[in-house]
Amino acid sequence: MTIRNPLRDHGQRYRPRIACLKKVEKVLLEMQDLKTGVKSQPQRLVITTIPHAITGEDIISWLADRFQVDTQEARSFGSMLVALGYIYPLQDHKRLVIKPDASLYRFQTPYFWPTQQWPVEDTDYAIYLAKRNIRKKGILELHEQEHYNRLHKWMNHKWDFIVMQAKEQYRAAKERKKPDRVVFDCQERAYWVVHRPPPGTVSAMDYGLDRLIDPNADEMIFTQQSIMRPRVKSSVSIGALVKYCATYNSHDPFLSKCLPSNPWLTDDVTYWTLNMPYVEMPTKMRVERWTFSFAELLSDPRGRNDFRLFLKKEFSGENLAFWESCEDLKWGEAATMSEKAEHIYKTFLARGAPRWINIDGKTMEITVKGLKHPHRYVLDAAQTHIYMLMKKDSYGRYQKSPVFKETVKKAICPEEHHFTDAQLEQNAKKRRPSLSPIILRQMEQEQRAKMAATVDITQVMSKLSKQRKEAPPPPCPPPCPPPKK
Amino acid sequence: MACQGLQGGETVASLKRESESLRKKLEEERKKLSDIELNQVAEKIEVLGPLSIKTRRVLKGHGNKVLCMDWCKDKRRLVSSSQDGKVIVWDAFTLNKEHGVALPCTWVMACAYAPSGCAVACGGLDNKCSVFPLSLDKNENLSAKKKSVAMHTNYVSGCTFTSSDMQILTSSGDGTCALWDVESGQLLQSFHGHTADVLSLDLAPSETGNTFVSGGCDKKANIWDMRSGQNIQSFESHESDINCVKYYPSGDAFASASDDATCRFYDLRADREVAVYQKDSVIFGASTVDFSLSGRLLFAGYNDYTINVWDVLKGTRASILFGHENRVSRVRVSPDGTALCSASWDNTLRVSWAAYL
Repeated sequence: MTIRNPLRDHGQRYRPRIACLKKVEKVLLEMQDLKTGVKSQPQRLVITTIPHAITGEDIISWLADRFQVDTQEARSFGSMLVALGYIYPLQDHKRLVIKPDASLYRFQTPYFWPTQQWPVEDTDYAIYLAKRNIRKKGILELHEQEHYNRLHKWMNHKWDFIVMQAKEQYRAAKERKKPDRVVFDCQERAYWVVHRPPPGTVSAMDYGLDRLIDPNADEMIFTQQSIMRPRVKSSVSIGALVKYCATYNSHDPFLSKCLPSNPWLTDDVTYWTLNMPYVEMPTKMRVERWTFSFAELLSDPRGRNDFRLFLKKEFSGENLAFWESCEDLKWGEAATMSEKAEHIYKTFLARGAPRWINIDGKTMEITVKGLKHPHRYVLDAAQTHIYMLMKKDSYGRYQKSPVFKETVKKAICPEEHHFTDAQLEQNAKKRRPSLSPIILRQMEQEQRAKMAATVDITQVMSKLSKQRKEAPPPPCPPPCPPPKK
Repeated sequence: MACQGLQGGETVASLKRESESLRKKLEEERKKLSDIELNQVAEKIEVLGPLSIKTRRVLKGHGNKVLCMDWCKDKRRLVSSSQDGKVIVWDAFTLNKEHGVALPCTWVMACAYAPSGCAVACGGLDNKCSVFPLSLDKNENLSAKKKSVAMHTNYVSGCTFTSSDMQILTSSGDGTCALWDVESGQLLQSFHGHTADVLSLDLAPSETGNTFVSGGCDKKANIWDMRSGQNIQSFESHESDINCVKYYPSGDAFASASDDATCRFYDLRADREVAVYQKDSVIFGASTVDFSLSGRLLFAGYNDYTINVWDVLKGTRASILFGHENRVSRVRVSPDGTALCSASWDNTLRVSWAAYL
């Protein structure tokens, strides 16, 4: 349901989304406190004096003290105040930043604050530009001239009104005292720099697209279901989160050193080469991760291959093959889905199937029933069952198996790099592009075809040897309907 | 979104009261099992050493605000999209631009790299999300092979591929999320429940998981079941729009970034918020978050042009990164955790990493 907000108000009205404006105003008020605020001084111009001018360095040191942060952060914060239009620079007025020196700034009058109750309309901007044009022809800058021409074109129908307003404001301004006029001109100019930024100026009022839907709509919640939802004790779940961090701490490149070195840091890609998806010999760190959880082992192609090898030796490779086929079904193309489901059934689930998997009666019943109207999640129950079986049984045995022990023994532990500055420079020059993922995918597909061929032969051999010992199972018709053509 | 009429005996006021009392009851139920807080558990953990993070790569090439970016699984390539409709694929390591597409629309707010590394998806103000297969031929016009996949009734704010190149998940300003089949453009599942623009989504990292989290302008973060389309969990503790949501690497928690200048951490199994990352001097909206590989660090990009690095467990700020000259629109840690990329409205992307003295 879309409710269009009809007013393009450029963030003028207070909305919860621009929550920072209220907070900024609080800070501004503190800054202007006569006793505890930023010290101010009058600024002498040629004839006039501008009161209450503050220096950049004073603003920064006040902010650093108030928020207990270092000067760099205080400076960044101060620049935001300028970018929003709460403070404006007296010199270099088009750059909305705070300079950490004696550059002068002034607090913007609340009349021109971003949260006032009227929108920043183009009509006002047109009046402003027209007024400046009246005061002195040719004073408009290039981008202002472009805006002026554009506004003149599409606001042509009310141009008389605009010129009239501009003349009126100009006349009223002339009646003010010179110092007040200078101050007001400064304030007004600063306001427009924020709301119609010149090219190259970054203004914080440029907040991007309007969000369309007004979130004040009341809704019916599913709170009752939420109340009944099973939950876990915080000590248990938080404990698990904390443990995860601890387990992976030495594997986190932001917290521990990569061996041999972080490629981004030294411009040497050995780390990536050693950790390619299908590398022959994995690193010790990588193999260690396989022991953290079954999901880790499966998600690493090299780890999964190692596990597959182990399962082959135990003649239970069909479990992993089934799981992989289910994944392929879930995430695959919609068009081939029914075909895939049928194929999986014939290969793994039907009685007498060549790679029959062992699932309990209940799950089998649900699955077979679901296959009458196959959808991509039809094998979920069976897949979960097999996944749990592998996780609780095979995974543990894998870690104690000769296959795994062999892999651990052969795993590489690279020496840490110690490059000199000269070598680092050389490395930077020697940076080269890597093989495109498109090529790598082709290579991977070839690899997979090879692996599938090897496994099939083993299965056929084992089936043949079994058949010599026992009579073949009686054939029975598959219960699921033939694929629709 | 449900807009039922009033039943007999109900008034708007009575419905509101009932809704309030239910919400209170939910909070009570959640509190019953809250036997400890995160910062209490975190007291026993070692303090982080001093973090020294350097930003030494700057990707220049976009002519306008960079709105989104995503890493490729090969850990060095990435795709970025900008306000002027340009989508660029870079090798961030060599700074080479490898591919470029010009979309006919502006404000391309969402882009994603396919798991195979052979395609990218992007969408934005055109209300669509399209998939572009990448080509080795530099002269080929990628727009020619474009597949129009998702169609929303409002802007597309986020998109991601699932475990394969065949499906994408999108979030939109029309208040819904949707799962699409790439080849046919068919809508596989839609997710209704947010009452305002959905600004972000993230897929659960778990192997068996079929869930994702979304956050929106209704201040809610919702967890969805991809199979049934159901909203299975909801968290409403932010005070303003949620700009970004991201799962913790274990899949049992997630973080959110909001315009209320805080980032929050939610534990899914305990069904509650367990940490709020905020500071007096941080008053500008947070627009993006991502975890480091171990989940110990949370990188958050803000509208005041900085990136704050939070210690997830202790709740304190570990570091602050400067360098961008306008809002930080997106931060993403690379797939192997070695680097952080930040995209900004200052037209650049920067890559940062840890340096050791």
